[in-house]
Amino acid sequence: MQEILSATSFIAIYGLSYGVVLFLISIGLVVTMGLMRVVNMAHGVFAAWGGYIMVNMMNAWGASYYVAMVGAILVIALVSVLVERIFFFKLYGAPELEQALLTIGLAFIGVASLNLAFGPDIVAARLPAELGASIDFAGRSVQAYRLFIIAFGAAVMLVLWYIFDRTSFGARLRAAVDNRGMAAAVGINVRRLFSIAFALGSGLAALGSAIGVAVLPLEPMYPLKYLVLILIVVAMSGAGNVKLAAGVSLGLGVVDTAGRYFHPEIGSFLIYIAMLVYLMARGGKLAAVHAR
Amino acid sequence: MTTVGSTLLERHRVRPAEYVYWIALASVFFLFPRNLSLATSIMVMSLFALSLDLILGFAGVVSFGHAAFFGIGSYCAAQLALHGWSEPISGALIAGLAAMVFALVVGPLVLRFTGLPQIMVTLAIGIILYEAANKASSITGGDDGLGGIKLMPLFGTFEWTAYGQTAFWYAFGWLLLLFIALRIVIASPFGVSLQGLRENTLRMRFIGTPVFGRLLRAYAMSGFVAGVAGAVSAQVNKFAGLDMLSTDRSIDVLVMLILGGVGKLYGALIGAPVYMLVHHQASEWNPFHWMFVVGGLLIFVVMFARGGVLGLLEAGLGRLPGGRAQ
Repeated sequence: MQEILSATSFIAIYGLSYGVVLFLISIGLVVTMGLMRVVNMAHGVFAAWGGYIMVNMMNAWGASYYVAMVGAILVIALVSVLVERIFFFKLYGAPELEQALLTIGLAFIGVASLNLAFGPDIVAARLPAELGASIDFAGRSVQAYRLFIIAFGAAVMLVLWYIFDRTSFGARLRAAVDNRGMAAAVGINVRRLFSIAFALGSGLAALGSAIGVAVLPLEPMYPLKYLVLILIVVAMSGAGNVKLAAGVSLGLGVVDTAGRYFHPEIGSFLIYIAMLVYLMARGGKLAAVHAR
Repeated sequence: MTTVGSTLLERHRVRPAEYVYWIALASVFFLFPRNLSLATSIMVMSLFALSLDLILGFAGVVSFGHAAFFGIGSYCAAQLALHGWSEPISGALIAGLAAMVFALVVGPLVLRFTGLPQIMVTLAIGIILYEAANKASSITGGDDGLGGIKLMPLFGTFEWTAYGQTAFWYAFGWLLLLFIALRIVIASPFGVSLQGLRENTLRMRFIGTPVFGRLLRAYAMSGFVAGVAGAVSAQVNKFAGLDMLSTDRSIDVLVMLILGGVGKLYGALIGAPVYMLVHHQASEWNPFHWMFVVGGLLIFVVMFARGGVLGLLEAGLGRLPGGRAQ
């Protein structure tokens, strides 16, 4: 009994914290894909650069974990607007294959530049003492850091829910996701909405990698290594659906963690099988992706 | 006045430039006798890129996991040779059929999707197969791969020489043979209907085309050609390993095809050599720096040269056969 409880709490805490990181990194792509219909394979680059910027602010300037996190988010949000203006304007309305190829090119350049700037090795961040400490939780000692991620993730989800469901910005965003032409016709500046949403999404990705720095270790291959996971969240939640994305991310985190816990030998591809089954069950009707 | 029929025939007629291409390829044997193994692997990748062009360029099916078929062909050919079936041509045919069977199994899954879900499904199938091969080390040799392949002399007479003369002509033969076969396929009513599906699936359905059946047949053919390419790779390198199944290889072949030009067949035959020769020159580089080149190429082609190298050539030299009207 004790053992079952211990295993359950382990899977819940590690799975959920993993799921939160996944959610934060992917949510930007879920929104921008719903909005702009662009398959952005380079989304992970923003996440990775965010994490790296945070770690380097901490190491070089002695900034605290929290301050460096905010700094990294701001830098990434600003840079992402530039990238969007330079590369993405050509892609709106282009076939998905071309979008995928150009953004894979961007992802490759992102990976190569990370290696050039920070070297090929895994970079570790010093967590603040209060996060590194262990806490006794349901008969098991867990790092406070994991609980912090879950609490923080819940807070971010609430804020996002509020923004999307309760503010005028959210209403305009949802209108543009549902029908871009109609939204533009009633006077919404869709182009500016794109840029804001893109910056928001990239900033959230930076937040995800910064907060998940000890969950998904930083390395130059980061943008490609976790790309598939990000895309799985996007493909499963259907573009633009924030609530579903939260559910899918947390579900994937738990399934993946449970899989690795009980069946380490097959655990590594359990989520791919889960995705295939899910996509098949929905019969390829990922309506949001295709409604043009 | 030009009728539709005659334009289609016109488009698939053999042009003088094509003879030049094949003669140039064959003359590599005499001009660069020290680089035969590089030339052979370029021809293998050309064949692989051709298989991708059939479904991507002509049927409009996107695949980010095409290495699955290449890898199955490789392992199948290696296992056949290791179990005493050392006749290479039949070995490659059986390996191609094995990959084709796999294509028929996963095809119904892949072909019910389009766009991003299709990209994701093909990616996932590729990754699952890679992981499965990694775990099933009794069949695949795991990380070590399958080595020590011994083959009968080609046609019972030509020994497999150390400098790869036989391997060169073996790969050349497969490439030419399957290229001609694909030329015939895309010029056939079946091939033309595939191009119709690429342009507008809905309208093809309206005029009564059995969409799924056509796509599945094309997918199976593509799987067969990719499987043969993988088998030839295993046979001439006397080795089959995990990297033949990897997503990297799927992306590589996609880049080669895009670089050469999609939907023209010759795009595959030009993209693969260009990509691999540049890569060969850069082989001493840090692999991360190589990613700058590939990334830059992809961005350049999509932003400025959508027809790839061949598209640029066409703009200057007039059209090559088998292409889509630009």
